[in-house]
This record gives sequence, C-alpha cells and structure tokens, in this order.
Amino acid sequence: MSKFSFLSGKIGKLFLAPFGDDNPITVKVLGICSALAVTVKIKPAFVMALSVTVVTAFSNLIISLLRNGIPSRIRIIVQLVVVALMVIIVDQFLKAFVYDVSKQLSVFVGLIITNCIIMGRLEAFALANKPFPSFIDGLGNGFGYGLILIVVAFFRELLGSGTIWGYSIIPASLYAKNNGFYVNNGLMILPPTALIIIGLIIWWQRSRRKNLIDIS
Amino acid sequence: MHSNRYIFIYSVVMVVVVAITLSIVVLILKPFQEANIRTEKIQNILTSINIQSNKKESQDMYKKYIKEELLIKNDGTYRQGSAFDVKLKDELKKDISKREMPLFIAETDDGKRHYIVPLWGRGLWGAIWGYISFNDDLNTVFGALFDHKSETPGLGAEISTRAFQEQFINKKIFDDNGNFVSVHVIKGGAPKGDIHGVDAISGGTITSNGVNMMLKENVGFYVNYFKTLKNTNNHE
Repeated sequence: MSKFSFLSGKIGKLFLAPFGDDNPITVKVLGICSALAVTVKIKPAFVMALSVTVVTAFSNLIISLLRNGIPSRIRIIVQLVVVALMVIIVDQFLKAFVYDVSKQLSVFVGLIITNCIIMGRLEAFALANKPFPSFIDGLGNGFGYGLILIVVAFFRELLGSGTIWGYSIIPASLYAKNNGFYVNNGLMILPPTALIIIGLIIWWQRSRRKNLIDIS
Repeated sequence: MHSNRYIFIYSVVMVVVVAITLSIVVLILKPFQEANIRTEKIQNILTSINIQSNKKESQDMYKKYIKEELLIKNDGTYRQGSAFDVKLKDELKKDISKREMPLFIAETDDGKRHYIVPLWGRGLWGAIWGYISFNDDLNTVFGALFDHKSETPGLGAEISTRAFQEQFINKKIFDDNGNFVSVHVIKGGAPKGDIHGVDAISGGTITSNGVNMMLKENVGFYVNYFKTLKNTNNHE
C-alpha cells in the first residue's frame, strides 16, 4: 500500500472524500442536470466527466492563486469569468481533437459553466485554501462526479441500447426483430431514468452509511 | 474592503487577460477544427455512396471516387465549379432562380455513375443536413446520409444512424408517370412494398417531417436537371 500512501494523508482525504461521503451528486446533490443529459451513452459521459474534472481542478487552482486579491464584492463574477474561460478552452480543445464526441455533447459542454459543483467548490474551498489542496479538491470532486455519471451511463446504455462504449453486448439473435424475445428498454434513453438510477444509488449509499441520513 | 478604484482596475485587467488568452487558444486550434469539419464533410459525401472511410484515407478516397463537381441552376442548366465549397445554407437563402446548387458525380468501382445531392433543412432544435445519391437512372436512391446539429438523442438524433439511412436505398423519387414525388418518411411505418416511403422515427415526428421537407425542397431543385440529363442519356 506504500504506493498509495499519499491517499492516507490530508491531501488524500481531500481527493477521496468526493468518491464516498462527500460525493457531489449523491450527497451534495449538485450537478444533477448534466447527469440527466449526457448519460445515455458511456463515451460522452466519460468525456463530460473528464471535461468537468479539468474545469473544476483548474478553476479551483486559479481562484485559489488569486484568492487574496479578489475583491469580495465581485468575487462571484470573478469566479464565473474564470470558469467560463476554462469551459471555452475545454470546448475548443474537444472540437479540435475529439470532434465526434464534442458533437454528441453539443451544448452540454458550454453548460458546464452552470454546473453547481464548480461554483460550489470555488466558494466553499478554493477561496479559503492554498492552491495545491484546492487543485486536489477540484480533481476529487470532478472524479466523484464522473464516477456517478459513468455508473448511470453504464446502466442506461446497457439496458437502453444494448451496448457498452458503443460495442454490442446483447447478442443480435436475441432481439425481437431477429425473431428473439429481447427488446431494448426505450425508457432508459429518456432523462427521467437517470433520476431513478441516481435515486437508487443514493438509496444504496445511505442504507450503508447511516451517518449520511439527515434526521432533521 | 477594497476600494471602488481597485475593483474597476481588477475587472478591466481580468477581462483583458481572459480575452487575450481565449483569442490565442482559438487561433491556435482553428486549423485543427476546420480540418475536422472538412474531413467530416468528405466522409459524409463518401458515406452517401456507401463508401466508409477513416479520417486519414478520406482525402484520397474522395479524389478517387468523385469525378465531377457541378453547380446546377433550377432551370436545369449547369456549369463546372467547386461544389464542395458551396455553403448550402447561404445558397438556400437566395431566390430560387439565383441559386446555384452543388452536385457531385461519383464513379464507384463497378464503373457506374452516381449523382450526389447535398441536403440542408430544419429539424426540431436546429439544422439537419445530409447527402443522398442516385443511380444513373436518376430515380433510384443509391445511398443516403443524414446528420443533425442538436436533435434529441435516442429520438430525432436517430436519423444519423445507418439503420435509418439504409431504408432509403432502392427507393424511387419519380412515380410511374415521371412526376417528382420524393421519398417520404411515414409516421407509423411505411407499407410493405412502398417504393416512395420509409419508416419514420417514433418519438421523432418533427425531425422526421424535417427530413421530408428537406428531401422535397432540395432534391426537387434538381428535377429539371435530372430530366434534361435523362433525355440526353436516352438519345445517346
């Protein structure tokens, strides 16, 4: 375990907490909107997760570097400008290097700006912490968000399209159109299913971690 | 507490720095993005004559298969010109008599000529476009490709799947009397043996209607050219 010793320290905690008890989607219930929109297939969900991670990590870093100079009266505007800058850069990179995926994600890359996780981490963490921990916090939250996105996309793609990462999993001969019995579940493709799956994940998580249950 | 002066200067500097950064990033990445768009267009044109190509070889394949590029007028006259560089969207805004629409003539490995018509129309959320190719009888569909900007995934966006596009193959655009009827996307499914109809997408009605409109408008423009060409072919 010595290889992962950095995960046991304070920095490690910052990185790991968003995967479990501090997960941005299932515990803080932030960033739900994009979790509904881009989780029909795994590949776009993966690229989206990566993009959000880059944006949270670097916005956190930049804001943390600037934190002593930012006038508190316009701090939200400053955060917004930094986030927008990062999002546009990511969007331009996607268009240049993974054109087909960027087409699938279309407007949702631009909408990362409105992802509550990013502003949430800037306000709650980066403004009060040093650059390196802020960067790690951003990475952790991005990955924590991505984890849920990919889990949701896995079930939606498997049950809704019968594929994983675009490769067919269900044998073609089982399908009703080839005289089999199987039909893809069309409901899985529609956004409400994402809510149901996220709901199930939250249920599962809270039934195992009693400390997350809000008694009030 | 910072003074107003500080806040103003801070904002101005911030905006300028961000603007410069973005301009640099966009300038650096622009050639890559334009190359992507060009390659995609080439691949789309090739797909419409049922030739799949990857990014690397598409350029060469295009040169190999596409023999002629023409600009067609509504009255059926035409001239040679770079059809590839025509912006269909702008051309469609012009008055119908002033339009010069692009046409690609391809020759497949079996030596047969195919006529590729580019398409541009409206879906539910944004633009839809595509390419449809015809056999040298200028009636039977050889292949089709559709794409879209922002149709709903799983619903309207299904027009970009091969399953939807392959339905168009071997459909006919003229009826027995030689009248132009186009190919229709039929809600609830086309009857078996319908040579002018294909199945619409369930849940994608507005996109399907968009495809109908697009085919009728765009292909309709070439009808005069097709008729003249058919006549000359018959006389030869």
